Amino acid sequence: VRLMSFNMFGKISYISETKVADFVKYMEAGKIMATRCKICGKLYFPPRADCPNDLSEDMAWEELNGKCKLLTYTTLNFAPTGFEDDVPYTLAVAQLEEGVKVYTRLSKDIKEEEIKIGMELKLTPVRLPNGRITYELKKFEP
Amino acid sequence: MRVAIVGVGQTPFSRSCGMSIRELCFEAFREAMEDINLTPKEIDASIICSAPEYDKQRSPSGLISEYLGLTPKPTFYAESICSSSTTGVKVAYSFIKSGLHDVVAVIGFQKMSELSSAEVQERMGRGADIQWETPFGSMMPAGYALYAHAHMQKYGTTEEQLAKVRVKSGKYSVLNPLAMFQRVLTLEECLAARVIASPLKLYDCCANADGASCVIMASEEKAKKITDTPVWVAGIGSASDTLSTTNRTNLAGLTCTIEAAKQAYKMAQIEPKDVDVAEVHDCFTIAEIMAYENLGFCEPGEGGKLIEESQTYIGGKIPVNVDGGLLSKGHPIGATGGSQIRTIVLQLQGRAGKTQVNGAEIGLVHNVGGIGVYGNVIILRR
Repeated sequence: VRLMSFNMFGKISYISETKVADFVKYMEAGKIMATRCKICGKLYFPPRADCPNDLSEDMAWEELNGKCKLLTYTTLNFAPTGFEDDVPYTLAVAQLEEGVKVYTRLSKDIKEEEIKIGMELKLTPVRLPNGRITYELKKFEP
Repeated sequence: MRVAIVGVGQTPFSRSCGMSIRELCFEAFREAMEDINLTPKEIDASIICSAPEYDKQRSPSGLISEYLGLTPKPTFYAESICSSSTTGVKVAYSFIKSGLHDVVAVIGFQKMSELSSAEVQERMGRGADIQWETPFGSMMPAGYALYAHAHMQKYGTTEEQLAKVRVKSGKYSVLNPLAMFQRVLTLEECLAARVIASPLKLYDCCANADGASCVIMASEEKAKKITDTPVWVAGIGSASDTLSTTNRTNLAGLTCTIEAAKQAYKMAQIEPKDVDVAEVHDCFTIAEIMAYENLGFCEPGEGGKLIEESQTYIGGKIPVNVDGGLLSKGHPIGATGGSQIRTIVLQLQGRAGKTQVNGAEIGLVHNVGGIGVYGNVIILRR
């Protein structure tokens, strides 16, 4: 497996170096990972390398099952620089089963009239046509 | 020892001001110094406030301090994005209260027209968490739009109620010669406007602007010599919330407002019902509705009803943003908080002209930075 730097994450990345860069490696393997503090047990997503409760960096990676519910959303007809080609797109916040939340795009497979707060979704890694890697919220298929 | 506001000033807010930032700041400073017994040499310190990513000038404090004739007195820089100038006011209050400085000038400015619209949008996106949120295409209207849908879902707030906030704003903006958007809007026009980030439409959003504001503050002893109409800082509260949306516990209200308001009310020893006139941070219509609730002007979830019943117009339960608010005045980021303070000071001095709230004794200023990241609440009394 070719190791990807964190700057391959998302449509446009503004960060290349981070202590949680392995997140991208796990995404390549189809896994979405959180971190858990080995001292206090708190689960972090997006993953953190450091726990402010204990000032500890003793963290373990832990896979999320991706099952989540839509908390809120917005469909943009106007985009910031670099994202113009994607318009319209929908940003969403979802509650994951493990208790943490995620901020990302809703899959274009979901039509605007189908969007309903509370609907079940699945957080899924996605490879972009230019080779970059991201995640999005897809319809939940039991 | 009390701390007073002795002078306030503001330039017109406009799409393009046609002058440099030093000249823009000078205009606001000149108005603040009018009719008070104070010379620039008697100002002990200055605090310059802006959002630096819009400035071509590196470290503007030195430049502004020089142009206003404030050297060799110390000058400082305060930044909390859209709430920068009320953060400056809090720092000035602390300087005066501690006895370090007796008279402090707080100057807020922003010249957003220096940048192209695309450059501005690029910077707006980077106001979100650049590691985990900006890569998906975030921007300011989207951040508040997420709150709007959550508020509508939780409380049944409607797009019509959001639009009614803008209708109020338009009504008062035509009475404020410094407002950028000089037009009365109908409910139908607001509802028919194009969608920017659902459910927010064009008129649910404020616009970029150029402008500057100035607030001059002084110790009680000095204030009484400088002016016959000092306005007293009775309460001042500040709070923060997570920058990331994912770590927010409340998506239908701003926790930083609730926390800052609690501190300010406690310090001023008043309750929300005691406020006679308020300026709230209405960068988007939903932000004003959440502010009604989070400042305690109504119960959580009742904000839509409050505007529906016209209770935030002059003559209602609590007049809010009777200068047109950010929605109509325009929002030159670093200047906004100082402009809100100016409006309340003029109200408490009985100098608010056509939008005067009769007998106003207690006023409140609510200024938010980012999407509820930084919150300042300031209570003023005459």
